[in-house]
Amino acid sequence: MAGQQRVYRQRIRSTQSLKKIFRAMELIAASRIGKARARVTAASPYARALTRAVSAVATHASVEHPLTTERPDVKRVAVLLMTSDRGMAGAYSASVIREGERLIQQLTEEGREVVLYVTGRRAVSYYSFRNRPLAGQWTGASDAPAAETAEEIADTLLSAFLAEEADGGVGELHVVYTQFVNMVTQTPRVVRMLPLEVVEGVAEPGDEPLPLYEFEPSPEEVLDALLPRYIQSRIYSFMLQAAASELAARQRAMHTATENAEELIRTFTRLANQARQAEITQEISEIVSGADALASK
Amino acid sequence: MANLEVDLVAADRSVWTGEARMVSAPAADGEIGILPGHSPVLTVLRPGTVRITPVEGGSTHVVRIDSGFMSVDSDHVTVVVDTAEDAAPGSNGR
Repeated sequence: MAGQQRVYRQRIRSTQSLKKIFRAMELIAASRIGKARARVTAASPYARALTRAVSAVATHASVEHPLTTERPDVKRVAVLLMTSDRGMAGAYSASVIREGERLIQQLTEEGREVVLYVTGRRAVSYYSFRNRPLAGQWTGASDAPAAETAEEIADTLLSAFLAEEADGGVGELHVVYTQFVNMVTQTPRVVRMLPLEVVEGVAEPGDEPLPLYEFEPSPEEVLDALLPRYIQSRIYSFMLQAAASELAARQRAMHTATENAEELIRTFTRLANQARQAEITQEISEIVSGADALASK
Repeated sequence: MANLEVDLVAADRSVWTGEARMVSAPAADGEIGILPGHSPVLTVLRPGTVRITPVEGGSTHVVRIDSGFMSVDSDHVTVVVDTAEDAAPGSNGR
């Protein structure tokens, strides 16, 4: 009987300390998310300027560029998955991986061979556990990505795209990341990055028509300088959005966990009280019946 | 006379925004100076220094950059660089 009470007390204590951990992680995520969103905002002028310049070149010069050319002859395609380094973020990494797996299956059914690149330790452990090779992996800063990491990723993927098929070149690049819609909604998204589709609609509607630029030194060279930067900036902005999404997902998951812990504590307290009451009742009835037995002698 | 609206942005932040009388930058073919009324141009930049002369007087803003590009259209100058670093004002930064 007393044993039962002790078990309940113990569980209450352990749930209480878990609750403290959950609460702390929720607060940490909440404080970091502001920074992550500020970073998204800080990077957007760069992305906007690049997009505008790319569409300016694309509308005024029909320049063939390796990065915009389809490579139907190459069977291999690259997929870049962006997940988190740590768990405790609900279904965040799982849903990115699920989306990625669906894409991989679809590409495989089309007769393509998928080369995987991943960021974040969750994806690395997922694939190394299943013995699936990774062509590239970047870990360690999924919640605060640096521009340098984005540059490194972009360089790796661009050189893979530009390489000959025999040297492990890829014909397409797909990116799976989590789009940060708002604090409550983050959706996993698949984007085909390469070959680039520079299409109308890149410039925001309502913009005045782009002026006739002179290109220095030549449209080709400007494009050469622009496109890799454009890719890099897109990848960087995906990483920043993924980071903000990760933190939002973590905050929400930890909030739910805290509430669940409170619920558990309430349940266990009630059970412990019941057990205590039952014990008291039993003791009283034991005493009364003992006294009765003595009195009736 | 009209002034130039200048945006100098790096990959992860906006470095300098404001009105300026003149901007000079290291273009691919040599130093290029932009004054109000310049024809639209899109140019690749070499590593070097960008100098911005603000409207409100004060010292010239000198920013050391690595590669990037610059677009000028109707007095709106956008300088986009990978990394930017403030050099001491007054020095030529080289």
